[in-house]
Amino acid sequence: SKTRETLASRLDTLFLGKKQIDEELLDELEEILITADLGVRTTQELLDAARTRVKRDQLSDPQALKEVLREKIYEYLQASDQPAELVMPESGPFVIMVVGVNGVGKTTSIGKIAAKFVRSGQSVLLVAGDTFRAAAIDQLKIWGDRVGVDVVARDPGSDPSSVVYEGLEYGVANDIDVIIIDTAGRLHTSVNLMEELKKIRRVIGKKMAGAPHEVMLVLDATTGQNSISQARMFSEAVGVTGLTLTKLDGTAKGGIVANICRELGIPVRFIGIGEQIDDLRDFDAREFVDALFNREPDETRQS
Amino acid sequence: MFFHFAFSDAMFENLTDRLDSVFKKLRGHGKLTEENIQDAMREVRVALLEADVNYKVVKEFIAAVTEKAVGREVLSSLSPGQQVIKVVHDELVELLGSHEEPLRLDGRQPVSIMLAGLQGSGKTTTAGKLARMLREKGRKPFLVPADVYRPAAIQQLHVLGEQVGVPVFDSTTEDRPVDIAKRAVAEAEDKGYDTVIIDTAGRLHVDEALMTELKDISRAVPLTEILFVADAMTGQDAVTVADKFNSDLEITGVVLTKIEGDARGGAALSVKKVTGKPIKFVGVGESLDALEVFHPDRAASRILGMGDVLSLIEKA
Ligand SMILES: Nc1nc2c(ncn2[C@@H]2O[C@H](COP(=O)(O)OP(=O)(O)OP(=O)(O)O)[C@@H](O)[C@H]2O)c(=O)[nH]1
Ligand SMILES: Nc1nc2c(ncn2[C@@H]2O[C@H](COP(=O)(O)OP(=O)(O)OP(=O)(O)O)[C@@H](O)[C@H]2O)c(=O)[nH]1
Ligand SMILES: [Mg+2]
Ligand SMILES: [Mg+2]
Repeated sequence: SKTRETLASRLDTLFLGKKQIDEELLDELEEILITADLGVRTTQELLDAARTRVKRDQLSDPQALKEVLREKIYEYLQASDQPAELVMPESGPFVIMVVGVNGVGKTTSIGKIAAKFVRSGQSVLLVAGDTFRAAAIDQLKIWGDRVGVDVVARDPGSDPSSVVYEGLEYGVANDIDVIIIDTAGRLHTSVNLMEELKKIRRVIGKKMAGAPHEVMLVLDATTGQNSISQARMFSEAVGVTGLTLTKLDGTAKGGIVANICRELGIPVRFIGIGEQIDDLRDFDAREFVDALFNREPDETRQS
Repeated sequence: MFFHFAFSDAMFENLTDRLDSVFKKLRGHGKLTEENIQDAMREVRVALLEADVNYKVVKEFIAAVTEKAVGREVLSSLSPGQQVIKVVHDELVELLGSHEEPLRLDGRQPVSIMLAGLQGSGKTTTAGKLARMLREKGRKPFLVPADVYRPAAIQQLHVLGEQVGVPVFDSTTEDRPVDIAKRAVAEAEDKGYDTVIIDTAGRLHVDEALMTELKDISRAVPLTEILFVADAMTGQDAVTVADKFNSDLEITGVVLTKIEGDARGGAALSVKKVTGKPIKFVGVGESLDALEVFHPDRAASRILGMGDVLSLIEKA
């Protein structure tokens, strides 16, 4: 693929020009990692580890150093204590609650994920748990139409927990396989809104034992270090079990998810690569690591 | 070159402490020299990078501020660490824009303002907020939905218009954004509205077709303001995006949204640095009154991850 080639060429220009591993090379690697939003701390750790390996194994080949870094980041991404794949319950609907800060792409991702389930032959129901943002309900309904699935919604301003309750009832009554619940965007620092989210979660659990089976946190690849804080606080509040990383069709790399995976043990399930219904992919850690190092050649020279 | 120190969650308050420990040896010496501030600059560098200030911007900033700090007398009222922070902070404020930049609303009426930016950055909400703010100032704003792509985007602006009591142009997803803009301006003239606020669809800076669409709007109607709306949580890529929007559109200012959270907001410095355009407003919440003018000093403190310490230093 294109990303692989560019990665290769980018790293090759970096490594081939070098006969040895020196501070200058490490500096360049530092820049690549930090500008991919891996964060200064992780970057430091990675480079320290790489340098230790270089010393211990007496590596002199820059290519070997590259491999050390790639493997390390790959390891971070795999560090999950959750099943890597979505696990459907034995019986009854599979309930997914989708959460995240404002504007990251929750509603859009719900549309895409719903389409994916429909394609695999499942019946899907969407629940309009964002009763707050202007036209959020209309937006979800349009996605429902596009995908060809039902949407349970109430009037704007109504209590999100009641809508969710109603949605679950409808889902059970109609033998729905997958129920996906949209929630309003909220900053993780807003105590009231996080309480509201906890309440929605409680209502789901009361109505249906074992649900929600997946609490999906949506993160925007354009976001920098704040993603960590988002992941921590949403996890504390509602127990996040999986991530979707959106907007990877831009030039941001979303490197911060490597830290999130490692620190919180939450796997990335999907990536969003556009605004259309088919612009969703299963997460592939190898491809992601490749893309992290991928930079346009002129990008490094601009000042 | 490489930075080493123990990271902690409480590090927000710690920059001064760390700088002070760096400077322990220095206390009593008279001047800041290149050697004795090198370690301190390493700490500042980390603070900036953790705040998501772009890597290259940090590099240049550190070089510039080092130059400014060298040779300074250490004031008796400040520790050397505080002294360095003061220099850094002052420089940040300077770069972020030292005076307020109001909207340009004079000239031939109606004036038109276009909002542009990446997907989900807060354009539509900001349009509603601006409409409210301008109406309160006695102007007659007119909201124009020119996002024909995002599901329910037009509807969203209609809802916001109703909430703030500002009329909204009647467009449909069948219309072309350029035509919407032209017709809306004509209608504003007819009806005596004085400020046209055009909401555009979110788009990627690398999407040439959609970037051209914005250029077409800016050619078709006279715009006094093209505001680039950016999310305060944006990471390293902020420079790439802002640079492209600015070079394609000649933006006139920036609105930084969602700053009421715990993001350190280094994007503010990155965006300001690459575009040279003023940050005119900040979004501090979802409600329609949550729009404020930008305060460079607050943004600088936030980027450095420090609050109260600075007010102490400022008094020195
Ligand atoms: N380029 C790109 N845009 C995306 C992607 N996912 C979502 N978007 C766009 O991002 C914007 C926000 O998406 P929404 O789905 O409304 O986000 P949300 O998290 O539901 O927003 P709130 O409900 O307001 O918090 C829309 O313009 C989407 O089309 C993606 O993967 N790539
Ligand atoms: N917390 C917070 N949320 C904000 C702020 N400004 C906008 N939002 C929220 O961010 C989300 C996206 O806002 P929109 O105004 O729809 O963003 P947009 O740029 O028009 O999105 P697209 O049209 O899809 O590109 C919504 O949930 C808004 O309520 C802000 O200052 N603070
Ligand atoms: Mg939504
Ligand atoms: Mg919008």
